[in-house]
Amino acid sequence: MTKLEFPGSALTTDQWAQVNQLATSLSQEQAIWISGYFAGLSHQARTLASASDIAELSPPFQNRPAAAPATRLLTVLFGSETGNSKALAKSLVEKAKAKGIEARLADMADYKTRGLKDEQDLLVITSTHGEGDAPQTAVGFFEFLESRKAPKLPQLRYAVLALGDSTYERYCEAGKRIDRRFEELGAQRLADRIDCDVDYEDAADAWIAAVVANLAPSTQTRVSVAPTTAAVQSAAPATTFDKKHPFQAGVIDNIVLTGRGSTKETRHIELSLADSGLTYQPGDALGIVPSNDPALVAAMLEKLSLSADTPVTLKQGTTSLGEAFANTLEITAVTPRFLDHWADITGASELQTLRASDQREARAAFQHNHHILDVVSRFPASGIDAAQFVAGLRPLQPRLYSIASSLAAAPDEAHLTVSPVRYTLHDLPRTGVASGYLASRTEADATVPVYIQSNDHFHLPDDDVPILMIGAGTGVAPYRAFMQEREARGASGRSWLFFGERNFRSDFLYQVEWQELLKNGALSRLDLAFSRDAAPKTYVQDRLRRQGRDVYAWLEEGAYLYVCGDSAHMAPDVHTALTDIVAEHGGLDRDEAGAYLSALQRDRRYRLDVY
Amino acid sequence: MEVKTETDRSRDVSQPLDKLGSDETLKANSDYLRGTIKQSLADDITAAVAANDAKLMKFFGIYQQDDRDIRDERRRQKLEAAFSFMVRVRLPGGVCSPGQWLKLDELGRAYCGDTLRLTTRQTFQLHRVMKHDLRTVIQGLHDVQLDTKAACGDDTRGVMCTVNPDLSKLHAEVSALATQASDHAVHRTGAYSEIWYGAERQNKDGPEEPFYGRTYMPRKFKIGFAIPPSNDIDVYSQDLGFIAIARRGKLKGFNVAIGGGLGRTDQAPKTYPRLASMIGYIDADKLFPTIDAVMSVQRDYGDRVDRLHARFKYTIDEKGLDWIKAEIERRLGFALEPAQPCTFTSNGDPLGWIKGEDGREHCALFIENGRVINTPDHPMMDGLRAIAQVHKGTFRITPNQSLIISDVGPEDRPAIEALMKEYGLDEFETRSALRLNAMACVALPTCGLAMAESERYLPDLITKIETLLDTHGLKDEPITLRMTGCPNGCARPYIAEIGLTGRAPGKYNLYLGGGFHGERLNKMYLENVGERAILEALDKTLGDYARDRKPGEHFGDFAIRAGYVTEVKEGRFFND
Ligand code: SRM
Ligand SMILES: Cc1cc2nc3c(=O)[nH]c(=O)nc-3n(C[C@H](O)[C@H](O)[C@H](O)COP(=O)(O)OP(=O)(O)OC[C@H]3O[C@@H](n4cnc5c(N)ncnc54)[C@H](O)[C@@H]3O)c2cc1C
Ligand SMILES: Cc1cc2nc3c(=O)[nH]c(=O)nc-3n(C[C@H](O)[C@H](O)[C@H](O)COP(=O)(O)O)c2cc1C
Ligand code: SF4
Repeated sequence: MTKLEFPGSALTTDQWAQVNQLATSLSQEQAIWISGYFAGLSHQARTLASASDIAELSPPFQNRPAAAPATRLLTVLFGSETGNSKALAKSLVEKAKAKGIEARLADMADYKTRGLKDEQDLLVITSTHGEGDAPQTAVGFFEFLESRKAPKLPQLRYAVLALGDSTYERYCEAGKRIDRRFEELGAQRLADRIDCDVDYEDAADAWIAAVVANLAPSTQTRVSVAPTTAAVQSAAPATTFDKKHPFQAGVIDNIVLTGRGSTKETRHIELSLADSGLTYQPGDALGIVPSNDPALVAAMLEKLSLSADTPVTLKQGTTSLGEAFANTLEITAVTPRFLDHWADITGASELQTLRASDQREARAAFQHNHHILDVVSRFPASGIDAAQFVAGLRPLQPRLYSIASSLAAAPDEAHLTVSPVRYTLHDLPRTGVASGYLASRTEADATVPVYIQSNDHFHLPDDDVPILMIGAGTGVAPYRAFMQEREARGASGRSWLFFGERNFRSDFLYQVEWQELLKNGALSRLDLAFSRDAAPKTYVQDRLRRQGRDVYAWLEEGAYLYVCGDSAHMAPDVHTALTDIVAEHGGLDRDEAGAYLSALQRDRRYRLDVY
Repeated sequence: MEVKTETDRSRDVSQPLDKLGSDETLKANSDYLRGTIKQSLADDITAAVAANDAKLMKFFGIYQQDDRDIRDERRRQKLEAAFSFMVRVRLPGGVCSPGQWLKLDELGRAYCGDTLRLTTRQTFQLHRVMKHDLRTVIQGLHDVQLDTKAACGDDTRGVMCTVNPDLSKLHAEVSALATQASDHAVHRTGAYSEIWYGAERQNKDGPEEPFYGRTYMPRKFKIGFAIPPSNDIDVYSQDLGFIAIARRGKLKGFNVAIGGGLGRTDQAPKTYPRLASMIGYIDADKLFPTIDAVMSVQRDYGDRVDRLHARFKYTIDEKGLDWIKAEIERRLGFALEPAQPCTFTSNGDPLGWIKGEDGREHCALFIENGRVINTPDHPMMDGLRAIAQVHKGTFRITPNQSLIISDVGPEDRPAIEALMKEYGLDEFETRSALRLNAMACVALPTCGLAMAESERYLPDLITKIETLLDTHGLKDEPITLRMTGCPNGCARPYIAEIGLTGRAPGKYNLYLGGGFHGERLNKMYLENVGERAILEALDKTLGDYARDRKPGEHFGDFAIRAGYVTEVKEGRFFND
């Protein structure tokens, strides 16, 4: 291993000495294994352990000596909603094959659970969605696995890579559930689970490399390590735009959809994809690579009494602190990593206590009630330098927005329906990073860095299949795309929209378009719920119930069911309503009704896109 | 008799529907105005109703409108226009009880944009009512024995009656007749109580509309009662006007005037305002037969092909006054007596306190353009509510959009006066005579036909004219000034000494020479001009007037003598 850079406050100097010494003594393969090991470790014990600790900790590979015979079959099973786990799973399979491992890719969405007891090596990559839930397409798989139906799995060797977002309280919960459950079912861990935050790439790649290396038939290992690790780094070809290489989309229009007197501000933003070669399907989302509010950047620099042009070195290379704050780093949301980091730097006792494992709620609450700026103000660290500070931050993440248009109706365009996140915290007005950026800093002829986030689980069925669309607020966005598409295609299938918002007069998003679609018959039915127009408040689930008989009839006739929008309340309430409807009109008890809906989900006929 | 056979019947109700205007088919096929109103009310996808239902709902005093101030803004927001409804109350003679006032106040605050509007035909309009609140509002009115029947539509409109309270007995008699006339002439369809009160449909034996039939009138038909010497109702603007003839303070009968109407359309010379023609005298007991006879002539002979040409005034000029009179007498079965002498002195309101012959007291308040609303420095709506809570008499809405607190016992006057002071309702004492006599129609933002501002603009314009009046020493000279936002003439601008009708935003036609007590039409002096030109013209003409007028000469008369405009002897020549 070649020389390493001192990572700043992450390590004490003698820790660093030990690591350096260890590093130089390692073979490439060992190095990769260690990195994966550390990465896996890092999310459980959040500070890097000293070498002595390492010795005591149980090695990650229980059955290390038993190198896998080449005949064993590896299945890479993923649960993914916005595609990250899927992408990782794909590259894992490639790397495994490159190492001569017989590997296949499987999606929890359509995985035949019967086959589970015959699996030999199983690597699971899953993200967490909702509030610690499984990715929506994987709900069926989780239900099976966590049910009494799940078989004992003594023959199985497995390892879990969990994707998550450390600002959520139930961090990587879905991965943890799988990991726990396989253990209960008697399977053997191939490697410790690794929990990856939104900047998962490096940690995940290292873990994958290590695991693959371990599974590989020993004969082949040495050969192909270097190329594959190189391959890992190699970025997507610049011709296709993605997260890392977004397309600069011109802003065509940016208007407020909500009428006067509205209690909301919901915007309609039209972006041009001309000359990008980008295409999408109705149901796909647009990734927005935002930049932070210049005012906030200034405030941060001022609080830290650091100047904007202080040079800082990040993964991407060296740049100025101002630039890093503006475009590269997340400087609002507080992550556990930042809390620990800041606790170390300031030694503030309040922060220290939050670290305790029994402080999960307190810690979550603290994260919710503080932005980084607030932490820095409340617990000042005098004379901190730029490198030290950024070491605690994570990269600025893109945000996803359902595309509200169809290329069939608006060629070369992508429309968004954006509701800016605004709230006050410690008497300061706060704005969501991306939604605020879209709302306030995208005047016409500005450009916005975007990429397409395909959303396979939320696409339209065949033209002749009836669809039930349920959405509240901005959740209506993909349905505008659906209907534009179906109208353009002259689709024969019936379409029924349930839409909910606060006030009819001001918040009936795209009102005249829905009215037109109803008139020309492209939309068969429209049911509305405006919660603040009259007591008692009515929500989409209430309208669903009122139409229960017909809703059930549509489902029986093979309709696809779409739910989009708020994950905290709407989606669960809609699910309960649907359960009641199926129970009442299908003459089932609640469990059977639940099973009916799970079946729909497994058949990909009950689809959610909630956030 | 043979007169009749000669007459051209190619455009009236005798023709098959397909030969007539589309509105006739709509009415005929509407099942006596039911149409699909119930479905339209239930449709929660839009705040509007189906186009045909909007037309039918006018017969129930309800107009679909939208807030024109934000029409374009909402179009860009992909939202439909901000639809709401204007509800016009049927209030014959403009008389209402304090209890009724309090209910209207309550409804106005709850459902109608915190305001009430007093109209030029002596009633209330409630604006900005949402579709889903319509039933609540109309049932609320029902609770205090009010309805909105025929306040609009092709039928008889709100029946007007002079409010000069100093002739208490006579007024009581005549306004009672006005109310009976309204009840007599209003439509009978069960649709009203079915749709608005949720009543069961009753299968009446006999026709549902004995008088109107399936196609109602060709156009609106307006009836009014004037009690000389006040012509506050502008009796000559009514389709059918009755002028009370009294002997020794006791009602004897009426002079009958027919064919008044002011609506016109720019650039359409075939349309013109017309003052009613006096056709004779009837004894009071012949009132209802006369109403039936006159209305039935218009019902049977009115133009049902072209709505622009459908008012009674055109039927009369078409067929000839003599022929129409003969037809009326034929239907009455007797000849009208010659009209009796009567004199009018003004069409304005007497403001302030007056004592009636019976010693009861009445106070006419000045309510600018009939707009009852609270403003920070002027809590008028609260003030009137406070008065209604203590008042024992009645309220009377004047034809000049003002309000009379009527029938106050001398012992109660101090309390009322105190409230007027407290809420600044006694301001008329300080206003110029011009402002007190002025009227403006509603126009923007609610009126769908407005081409220019009116109610929201006239007060400012008057302030500017007042400075002219001061320089010419005319502050206390009563001059009638009336403005409308379009040529339809809702504030009766064509019988004002100074008339202004909207042509486009900021642009108006200026008319001069109208008769002070509504006896003569005015004539266009300037066409399609802005404020500057208007003020210059008024500065000059008022200056001349101040200098050269004869004693007691009114500005309208002077304008003709001075030759600014030629006298309009008959409506037909208005556009010459
Ligand atoms: C409220 C009022 C003006 C006011 O400021 O007080 C009014 C307001 C409207 N008039 Fe009027 N007219 C009002 C008295 C008049 C008068 C004066 C009168 O009757 O003494 C006239 C002239 C006399 C006549 O009928 O010729 C009048 C001639 C019209 C016309 C023209 C009719 C014609 O023959 O051409 C229209 C347009 C139409 O009917 O097609 C009209 C139509 C309208 C409408 C309903 C506009 C519409 O059709 O959509 C206006 C509603 C505006 C709003 O937002 O409130 N209004 N309208 C008056 C209500 C009277 C009532 O209580 O019933
Ligand atoms: C597949 C998908 C589709 C989506 N489609 C749409 C869409 O069509 N339209 C749309 O508007 N959004 C959509 N979203 C949501 C969108 O991606 C962003 O999450 C949202 O706009 C917020 O991002 P932001 O950067 O503006 O806010 P951030 O900077 O990420 O801030 C949001 C965070 O602020 C915090 N917060 C919010 N309110 C408060 C409060 N009152 N007190 C304290 N903290 C608070 C919460 O922690 C919240 O997570 C979608 C999301 C997904 C996953
Ligand atoms: C609506 C939504 C809810 C989420 N909830 C959680 C959560 O509760 N816990 C967590 O650790 N991560 C959560 N995440 C973060 C995702 O797990 C993370 O973005 C992951 O990279 C997505 O991987 P995928 O594309 O394979 O679905 C959430 C993400 C979204 C969009
Ligand atoms: S005169 Fe014209 S603008 Fe004024 S209220 Fe009547 S129709 Fe409307």
